[in-house]
Amino acid sequence: MNKQASVETPPLSHARDLTRPGFYVKLVLMALVNAFGLYGIFASWAQEQWGILGFLVVTLIIADYVYFSKRAIPAKYLFPGLVFLAVYQLYVMGMTGWVAFTNYGDGHNDTKKAAITQILATSEVEGDVSYPLTVVERDGELGFAVVQDGQPLFGTADEPLAPLDGATVDGDKVTAVDGATVLQLNDIVQRQDAVLQLRVPMSDEPEDGSLRTRNGSTATQSLPALHYDEAADTLTNTEGVVYKADDKVGNYVAENGDVLKPGWRVGVGLDNFKYLFTDSRVSGYFLGSLGWTFAFAILSVLTTFALGLVLAVIFNDPRVKGRVVYRALFILPYAFPGFLAALVWKGMLNRQFGFINQTLLGGAEIGWLTDGNLAKLSILMVNLWLGFPYMFLICTGALQAIPAELTEAGIMDGAGPIKRFFNVTLPMLMVSVAPLLIASFAFNFNNFSLIYMLTGGGPNYPGAPFTVGETDILISMVYAISFESQKQYGLASALSILIFVVVGIISWLGFRQTRKLEEIM
Amino acid sequence: MTTSVSTGTPKRSAGQASLAPAHRRPKGWLWRWCKEVGWKHLFALVFIVYCILPLLYVLSASVNPRGTLTGSNQLFQSVTGEHYSRLMQTGFPRWMAHSLYVSTATAVGTVLMAAAAAYAFSRFRFKGRRGGLTFLLIIQMFPQMLAFVAIFLLLLSLKDVFPQIGLGQHLGLIAVYLGGALGANTFLMYGFFNTIPKEIDEAAKIDGASHAQIFWGIIMRLVSPILAVVGLLSFVGTYGEFILARVVLQHQDQYTLAVGLYVWASDERNAPWSLFAAGAVLAAIPVILLFMFLQKYIVSGLTAGGVKG
Repeated sequence: MNKQASVETPPLSHARDLTRPGFYVKLVLMALVNAFGLYGIFASWAQEQWGILGFLVVTLIIADYVYFSKRAIPAKYLFPGLVFLAVYQLYVMGMTGWVAFTNYGDGHNDTKKAAITQILATSEVEGDVSYPLTVVERDGELGFAVVQDGQPLFGTADEPLAPLDGATVDGDKVTAVDGATVLQLNDIVQRQDAVLQLRVPMSDEPEDGSLRTRNGSTATQSLPALHYDEAADTLTNTEGVVYKADDKVGNYVAENGDVLKPGWRVGVGLDNFKYLFTDSRVSGYFLGSLGWTFAFAILSVLTTFALGLVLAVIFNDPRVKGRVVYRALFILPYAFPGFLAALVWKGMLNRQFGFINQTLLGGAEIGWLTDGNLAKLSILMVNLWLGFPYMFLICTGALQAIPAELTEAGIMDGAGPIKRFFNVTLPMLMVSVAPLLIASFAFNFNNFSLIYMLTGGGPNYPGAPFTVGETDILISMVYAISFESQKQYGLASALSILIFVVVGIISWLGFRQTRKLEEIM
Repeated sequence: MTTSVSTGTPKRSAGQASLAPAHRRPKGWLWRWCKEVGWKHLFALVFIVYCILPLLYVLSASVNPRGTLTGSNQLFQSVTGEHYSRLMQTGFPRWMAHSLYVSTATAVGTVLMAAAAAYAFSRFRFKGRRGGLTFLLIIQMFPQMLAFVAIFLLLLSLKDVFPQIGLGQHLGLIAVYLGGALGANTFLMYGFFNTIPKEIDEAAKIDGASHAQIFWGIIMRLVSPILAVVGLLSFVGTYGEFILARVVLQHQDQYTLAVGLYVWASDERNAPWSLFAAGAVLAAIPVILLFMFLQKYIVSGLTAGGVKG
């Protein structure tokens, strides 16, 4: 408590005063941050992840500056949150924007270099050489021993075939090797994965191919089926067909249209968007889903708001005793975690065994979740159950905030209860509730877990190019495109961009509404 | 009050009213009471059934000795605790622990980062302050989960550099959740921070307190109600979050409750329905308790726009 001193000199931050624990806390934290950052820098260097490397270097320098400089005090408080915001919100949004204009996805997962390596490694043709094989383990490493023109040869995955000393040859087969173990059939069976995967190069030239075995007793020669010509950027197969790199589609394509897989990521411009809107195989499903998304969000808001409002008005009556208990019970569906509610309803709505059909409807087999239109109805009903308590709560709050004088004035002017409600209460209520309705719309527009858990987007359309169902809203369609069936990240991201646009417009409307409201109030 | 609640029927309340003969009732008051108030009790009863039927159903299914969906259709036919004890031998306790760990870590991180940011915006005047506030306002319009495809791809490449925060790791998931911390909560806190008079920190400054001391020692104590609300909302939101957890956590050993219970319930053929029901009951308890506590804040509009996930 050295007050006197600090009044005269500007206060020293305790994180800077060597005699206070604050300094050491800061030192330890910053040491950890630097250790983490440096580790990441070396790791990304080793992995050749230049983007991550650059980001880490810049962030680390800023962090050290911010926390060791006397200035930049606000930055000390903003920095941690901003780093997370930058990586996990801004960057991923930007990345969505980038991926939307590429063909990223199954078959186009990586760079061109990786694609070439993969193509060469997976394309093989059988050569015409074959030998009786002996599988040998030397120094803990598996290798193949064969006899060529009476000369025993040995090689492993890393060493090409080379003459072998100290081998006992019986006819055309090696039977024993000095200082190494010959694997018997039992051993080979036990380690068959390793044996079957082993490729022993014939020589230093990749063109000569390699030895492999399919049965453990015979080795056959595998030749690379394709030859890569770096200068011309072409791949040629054994029959002389030339595959040219096509950077528009990200594949090696032959003149007759044959395509080598995998390809690589390339920008495809607006193709993903064009595909969604104009390709007749998809646009029907897409536009259907778009319409249903809007219908679902609007109807959800309207039904929950209507029911919540009705209940709020009815029970905003001091003559009704026990309102507190009613209110606590009405709020239960809201308090129950949403994802669990969706799953419970899914069980209750089951066609054959569900509670609704079996107990309430006496054994009817109504396909609540398996028929397209009924599934949509069920989704709305479940969302009504989930959502009306929230509307009930906020409407109750808003109703209680409306001054009683207004209602009294209405009575004095001779307005009946219905007229009073529509001309006085509702407009007043909308002032405070409208932004929440817009927020609720935006929330339901992306209510992935309800749809995914209740129907999974089904019933699915047969024959669609990707898994899409009648109750899929846009975001569940994004999920289906990117993680179910074939993964098409590019297309999924394009769809996400469209959702971003819609959500942006809705929020902007909501924002304007709130500002307008502030002017009113 | 409580008697009329327990039955809610006009008959009983009428009897109760007749106990007070001091007021003379005008003719036909019972009819009028039914018309104006009584039907509301009936209405309430109907809605209470609608509200709690699914909850009763899941509770009943969780104690039903027959473990299947069909067997669960007669409510509370017989009662057994066997599913709850069997639950403890499954992955459920681990999922619960993961959910609590991820949600708690996210809640604490969110509160700290959002409070620090709100403090900076509320107490310092610096270049880019207005711009920063506007930027956060715009950012908060776009829920982070819309970019889940890119989040998946990002964590996929992070996995090579930082395996601990890459795909399939709880820390990675927490970091993703924390990315949404500033956007969603800074404004809520900013408004509340502004209500703390500046004179308090000025007085402390004159007494020689540093900015850190003012933040930790004074402001954070004065704003503790909003810290609690933001923390609890963040906890509840993370606890029920599904899509990001589904995308990031790929292995059954790592699931959170939302993902694990989804997998159980969506297994149509041999769904362990009673196990799911028992798990759902246990999983719902913390959230229901928190919500009962948070109810008054929701009504007061403090959490305006906080639609629960």
